[in-house]
Amino acid sequence: MIEMQHITKTYRVSRRNAGLAAACRALFSRDVEVVHALNDVSFTIHDGEMVGYVGPNGAGKSSTIKILSGILAPDGGVCTVNGRVPWKERVSHVREIGVVFGQRSQLWWDIPVIDSFELLRDIYSVPKETYRRNLEELTELLQLGEILRTPTRQLSLGQRMRCELVASLLHSPKTLFLDEPTIGPDAVSKLAVREFIARLNREHRTTVILTTHDMQDIEALAQRVILIGRGRVLLDGHVEDLRRIGGEQNSLDHAVAALYRKWDIL
Amino acid sequence: MKKYVSFFKIRFQTGLQYRASYVSALATQLPWGLMECLAYVALHETNAAAFPMELQAVVGYIWLKEAFLVLFNTWNADNDIFGMIIDGGISYELCRPISLYDMWFARNAGGRLSTAATRCVPILLVALLLPKPFALTFGGSVGTALLFLAAMALGLGVTIAFCMIVYMLCFFTLSPKGLRRVLVGAVDLLSGNVIPLPFIPQPWRRVFELMPFGSMQNVPFRIFTGDLAGAQMVSAMALQMFWLIALILLGRGVCALAQRRTVIQGG
Repeated sequence: MIEMQHITKTYRVSRRNAGLAAACRALFSRDVEVVHALNDVSFTIHDGEMVGYVGPNGAGKSSTIKILSGILAPDGGVCTVNGRVPWKERVSHVREIGVVFGQRSQLWWDIPVIDSFELLRDIYSVPKETYRRNLEELTELLQLGEILRTPTRQLSLGQRMRCELVASLLHSPKTLFLDEPTIGPDAVSKLAVREFIARLNREHRTTVILTTHDMQDIEALAQRVILIGRGRVLLDGHVEDLRRIGGEQNSLDHAVAALYRKWDIL
Repeated sequence: MKKYVSFFKIRFQTGLQYRASYVSALATQLPWGLMECLAYVALHETNAAAFPMELQAVVGYIWLKEAFLVLFNTWNADNDIFGMIIDGGISYELCRPISLYDMWFARNAGGRLSTAATRCVPILLVALLLPKPFALTFGGSVGTALLFLAAMALGLGVTIAFCMIVYMLCFFTLSPKGLRRVLVGAVDLLSGNVIPLPFIPQPWRRVFELMPFGSMQNVPFRIFTGDLAGAQMVSAMALQMFWLIALILLGRGVCALAQRRTVIQGG
């Protein structure tokens, strides 16, 4: 179970205008602004749920994922994942979670993907039999085959993203955080990734939290949606609620865009 | 333990990918070592009495330095680690169920040992086959050989522990460049990588030897060549142990502080 209560996180951002004069001035004095990335965020997610976490750029989605995965400490509030405080009990916490940061890579750049997988197997002390079973299942579902024997640097973005997904699941995590995992894959891979996530959730009862800007991902996967904007939870409900409140019936994209404008959170 | 062996393995596998680097390293290091030997032989011929070491010990020192260059140099720190700190790739490192410090230490040891394992063989072979006075010779006992290995391990530990502190300091600066240049240039001299420490005039020599950098390559190479023996050797190795422990403790402290303060920016 994941519980977030009144979580806040602020960042200090120094801003300046363009140009040499402004740059010189900034040498001596900088205008530092405090940005509230998360402002009293609360929600509870039960085991086996699949939740879409949506919001415009800069809404605080990645900050939430970072806090949940234990790599960022919030300024205030209470957060527990499976009974642990992620950033305080980091090592025992991360053993049970899998994370995909869509914009970063966990694979070793110059060597075949399979070598990275074997390192992960040893880092997480995955038993040989479990590793073999997981790898076989994942490879088949995501159609990896020869890709495993290719150095990471020679993979396309979509191929790499599928490998990243496998890398995050080799240790059979209870909870999976996906931060924009569908950047890159082509139509076929995208469907394969979706089908795969749905099956993971159905068969292994893995709790999944998914952030994405792709509303089709949300429609295909998430029964429940949490929408945040300017660091606050604005809606926690069903996908249909987005349509209903957004007032646009034809596409979810339009509905969400209408919502963003309506609540002035862009 | 298996995790750490795996880091060694993956670094070894990575190292084997770069074939051109292997060839070019040999092509530079062999002539470089030979030129250094020529210079010291010339100096020795000019005034043998002013030499602080036996000529054969200096030559041995040079060849060991070339053969094990990647074990002890601090400028060859793991660039991937600096990269991860700068671009936020460290997110994934923090999602692993191991302490960051231990993971990176193992990764560094793996990288250095695996590269050294492949590079030292041809250099040592050539150095052993060269005619006198340019040859690498070993006149010690089995005991000396074992002590040499122990001092190598300690020296490697001290070197990595020092690099770990440099990595950790990079959490606090936006760019690691300045820090690296200053530290690395200084360490090259202080560790005896430019000239063996016995050639440094007193009292500086004593100061250099007492610093952590004097506990890197300086000790094992001088044990091997017979320049360091007896009570002096014992105290040098004790000092190595002291610095190893001190630097690891310091590194862990900075690591804990860095992790507490770190904010990984960007989506």
